[in-house]
Amino acid sequence: MSSRVVIAEDLYLLRDGLVRLLQAHGFEVVAAVESGPELLAALTTERPDVAVVDVRLPPTFTDEGLQAALAARRAVPGLPVLVLSQHVEQLYARELLADGSGAVGYLLKDRVFNAGQFVDAVRRVAAGGTAMDPEVIAKLLASTARHQPLGALTPREREVLELMAEGRSNAAISQRLFLSESAVGKHTAGIFGKLGLTPSDDDNRRVLAVLAYLGAARG
Amino acid sequence: MRRHATTIGRALALGVALGGLALADVVLVALTAAAMVLLTFGLIFFFMPTTRLIRRRTMMARRLTGRWLGVEVPPSYRPPPPPPRPQPDGWYRHERQLYKTPRWPAWNNRLNWMFTDPATWRDGLWLFLNPLVGGVLLLLPLGALGSGLAMPWYWAPQAAPLGVAVAVAGAASAPWLLRCYAWWNRLLLSPTAKSVLSGRIRQLDRVRLEVADSQAAELRRIERDLHDGAQARLVAMGMMLGAVEELVDRDPAAARTLLAKVREASSTALTELRDLVKGIHPPVLAERGLGDAVRALALDSPLKVTVTVDLKARPDSPVESAVYFSISELLTNAARHGGADRVWIDISTRGRTLRVTVTDDGSGGAVPSRGGGLHGIERRLAAFDGVLALSSPPGGPTTATIDLPYALTGLEPVRPSMPRWKLAVVGLGWGLGWLPLFPQGLVPMVLKLTGQDVRSWFLALHLPEPWQWPMIVFNIALGLTMYGLAISLPIVHARRHPAREGAGPDR
Repeated sequence: MSSRVVIAEDLYLLRDGLVRLLQAHGFEVVAAVESGPELLAALTTERPDVAVVDVRLPPTFTDEGLQAALAARRAVPGLPVLVLSQHVEQLYARELLADGSGAVGYLLKDRVFNAGQFVDAVRRVAAGGTAMDPEVIAKLLASTARHQPLGALTPREREVLELMAEGRSNAAISQRLFLSESAVGKHTAGIFGKLGLTPSDDDNRRVLAVLAYLGAARG
Repeated sequence: MRRHATTIGRALALGVALGGLALADVVLVALTAAAMVLLTFGLIFFFMPTTRLIRRRTMMARRLTGRWLGVEVPPSYRPPPPPPRPQPDGWYRHERQLYKTPRWPAWNNRLNWMFTDPATWRDGLWLFLNPLVGGVLLLLPLGALGSGLAMPWYWAPQAAPLGVAVAVAGAASAPWLLRCYAWWNRLLLSPTAKSVLSGRIRQLDRVRLEVADSQAAELRRIERDLHDGAQARLVAMGMMLGAVEELVDRDPAAARTLLAKVREASSTALTELRDLVKGIHPPVLAERGLGDAVRALALDSPLKVTVTVDLKARPDSPVESAVYFSISELLTNAARHGGADRVWIDISTRGRTLRVTVTDDGSGGAVPSRGGGLHGIERRLAAFDGVLALSSPPGGPTTATIDLPYALTGLEPVRPSMPRWKLAVVGLGWGLGWLPLFPQGLVPMVLKLTGQDVRSWFLALHLPEPWQWPMIVFNIALGLTMYGLAISLPIVHARRHPAREGAGPDR
């Protein structure tokens, strides 16, 4: 059975493009809206499997979309939301992750260009995982650069940490870095040991632990 | 009692000192008069030294009025003319004359500056009147005290009570007359409303020029960035797409590689545009306002930054932007030069003033002239009458304080106006309260008490005898009530309807 999607984007061309892209990959688009209030109504009545939301929406053209998404997640805990934006801020990423229930994504709009990876991110969020933009992770790591335990990681472990923080599974990381899955598992164990985190077999739980650790480290 | 005695003693002592100075001004007056006589003969060379001398004297009077009498008297002169600048051919021009050296043009400019400044002439007026005014106001109490005490001896022993009364009156009036003297100084020596305004206009002119300048530079930078960045990339993408169009049938594999390149180029162009937008007006500032924008800034900084924000309303967008970029610059400075680990940013408001303090635990020693950054902040803030105060002793900590006095325009307290009937009662009270109180109340009362047989237009006295007193009492009570209502109604109204702040709360 195909996933049901709600799309919120105010630019017609981009909205239409997103609808086509997701339909082509087997999603069922139940609503494609263009403003904050419409989005909130669609999210709470349709209860989609995943929502793809632009941060800046009418009528105020501020962070209308993000606010609507957060409000909907308060009403329907764990409602999967993938937020798209022209710019990424750690501040917004923290707000999305704050409730600790996962099933959130936060990507630059540019990532839509790579259809395969974008659809993969949507599927991951729909399944309760996370999809953080590499740029968010880069900023997060840059601002925690002087933090001691992170400095103890080997370059390879750092790469694995970055991909893990983006929300990827061991299988995806191994594909990306041309490593065997068991090698990735070894690196993961090393990272968790150095950072003093308890390892978990569940991918989603693991990602949230890493993000929480990075967030706390920069205090 | 003791306090009064010290106040009076101090006033007498200050009166003697300042009064002596005022009397000594007679010498200066004579000199000035002589210079003016010479001036009428065309000897303008005496004008400037005399004016300078008078200015020195009035500056001293301003200082003493501030320090001794507690009344601030700011100087009122126009700023001196800038040094003359040579023409491209090396000559100095003043009106239609050319000079080889800057000496004469500078002299002419200074003469013109002193001659046309109204403050020069007000200074002169003060100087000519000061011996008289100062002598009377400052030495009169001492004279009264002395002559009062001496009265029993040189006049008659019976006059002793009168003498004591005169002496007491003289001593008691000393502090009050001293204050009158301070007002006199302030009247002639402080800037007039007109000169304050013209000074303000000059300052605004300068700031406007700087703002226009930096805006033009900013636009040029944006134009250049767009021209060399996104625009060039779009052209390249168009060309690559043209090539793809030709290749797509002949060599699909090559076309696919080219398309990947186009995608990469579009992604780079987007990144560049994003950075450019961030430099013009950061999106998070537009979306969330100053508080969250600074929090986002703090999160991106490699330092440990603590942000506290107490903003009741969102400042105007240009103010927000100026404050944001100033804080961003201060943060960068703390990380780059100060060697800091921790930074505390505090944004607060008091009335309509927005205050930002940025404190770091770095090594200190920052000076505004060293880097262009701090100077840039000052320029940015000047457009909104804002000032940057920097305290950075060697060894730290560095504290930068930004004050923007009129940043929060929306915070004008809005007091709901009184209903019309209350306004009418207040007006009636102030306008007619005197009528029952004085001519129809207190005056007939006095007449009746002293037993005078005048009726005139006093209503109460035309009534039969038993009704006269009740009428008088009623009139007095009516008058007092009218005044009482006129005073108390606005006070009660203000207490029941406190002033509301004119803007909504910050999200």
